[in-house]
Amino acid sequence: MKIMASIIHILLALMLSPFLMGIINRVKAKFAGRKGQPLLQTYYDIIKLLKKGSVYSATTTWVFRMGPVLGLAAVITSIMIIPSGGIGGVLSFSGDFILMAYALGLTRFITVVAAMDTGSAFEGMGASREAQFSIIAEVVLLLGMATLAIGTKNISLSGIYSCLWGGSASPLGPAAFLVAFALLIVLLTENARIPVDDPNTHLELTMIHEVMVLDHGGVDLAFIQYGESLKLWLFSALLAGIAIPFRTGTAYGDMAVNITGIFAIAVLVGIIESCMARLRLLHVPQMLLAALSVTIAALLWILR
Amino acid sequence: MNTWTDIFILVLVLADFRLLATSRLAAVIQTTVLQAVCLSAFMLTMADRPWPLLLISLALVTLTIKGVVLPWLLGRAMREAGVQREIEPMVGYSSSVLIGMALLGLSFLIFVPLKASISIQSTFLLPGALFTALTGLLMIVSRKNALTQVAGYLVMENGVYAFGAALAVEEPLLVEMGVLLDVFVAVFVMGITVYQISREFDHIDTDRLSELKD
Repeated sequence: MKIMASIIHILLALMLSPFLMGIINRVKAKFAGRKGQPLLQTYYDIIKLLKKGSVYSATTTWVFRMGPVLGLAAVITSIMIIPSGGIGGVLSFSGDFILMAYALGLTRFITVVAAMDTGSAFEGMGASREAQFSIIAEVVLLLGMATLAIGTKNISLSGIYSCLWGGSASPLGPAAFLVAFALLIVLLTENARIPVDDPNTHLELTMIHEVMVLDHGGVDLAFIQYGESLKLWLFSALLAGIAIPFRTGTAYGDMAVNITGIFAIAVLVGIIESCMARLRLLHVPQMLLAALSVTIAALLWILR
Repeated sequence: MNTWTDIFILVLVLADFRLLATSRLAAVIQTTVLQAVCLSAFMLTMADRPWPLLLISLALVTLTIKGVVLPWLLGRAMREAGVQREIEPMVGYSSSVLIGMALLGLSFLIFVPLKASISIQSTFLLPGALFTALTGLLMIVSRKNALTQVAGYLVMENGVYAFGAALAVEEPLLVEMGVLLDVFVAVFVMGITVYQISREFDHIDTDRLSELKD
């Protein structure tokens, strides 16, 4: 029963994640008074790209070709670890959040290395920015998970998430919401959303993530786009599990609540993107430091 | 004395980080208002309901002085001086926040050996109060703008006040009133001084004041 629910969650994640991008774009279009692209646009893009061939620059090596494949594989591995609401992931084991953090780190590393492999100074600039911001974002993510782990006395993600709001009172209380806030900032950073990076911009001075994948095309680009939407799903699932303060008690009920939460977070990201301007590059580390201080306050709260 | 006490202290601690991170004076003043609201609410949570009349009046006086009068004074001085931001602090904002995290850790470490000898159950309360005082001190020494320094003084006093309210809530009503009066007068005088400085010298940068000669 539980295993079935976990497998269904993974299948839903694999199928529905591009839809999240559609929702974000639709919310942004509504705010701007436009009609907006179709909700399924990301699916169309991915299918279109999958039909195309690939062109590789003569300066690139096997590293460049390996990037998108390994990146997507690492994200799918992380998707198999994360719990949906109270249900555990398929690959759940003690300390699995460290594997998750490092699988995501591997995705980032391989994207950065593939970008450097093209030998373009422009891509190197984006790679350096991505690496710089992720230094703090990863600390916030791991510290937030550590806080939850200490608070619930569990070191597997499924244990943490089922304990978190399982009983009548959470062992963490307000600290859980602080961690959720910090995780929202990590979500925006890791997925290159607006206060950190504008996914629509093609102005070279401001791009971070987009610039690193400029030289990828065809199937490779489809893999990268699909990986991005899976990553958004992953962070949204983690965030929704913390921020929604109740559990229904049944596996499928939990999953339904969690997935509703994931879509609500997509709407929230759309609202944030519509209401906020991009931060200056120098101010991004400050925002991440704010998230870090919130996490530390949460950690000390549960150690009290 | 319950979870709410700790929640207000938590908000106080988060407000401290906001103070360390922001460069805008208006935000600094708003955050001191938030801290005043927290402090007065926190004093009420220290006693059981029904609250004694004295405690309610003390909380109200705290709220009026720290949450309304002093911010208004600082805001007026800010408008008169025409200063919106702290331009060049001695310690950058990111570094300030990092130092703040270290100070928060330090505050907790200091109280670990004292746990047994203090009658208060919560181990969050006293470190939070100490951290608030240290934040104020950090603001005073690391910022150049006279108004931020005055706000830092106010924040430091907030910490001391929380400390006092935590350790002895019933006895020292007179003492608390005296402290409030002290702060009131001090910030009042500082506000006027800042106003005068800005009128005489066209700036309120304390670094440049040290270079004045006859």
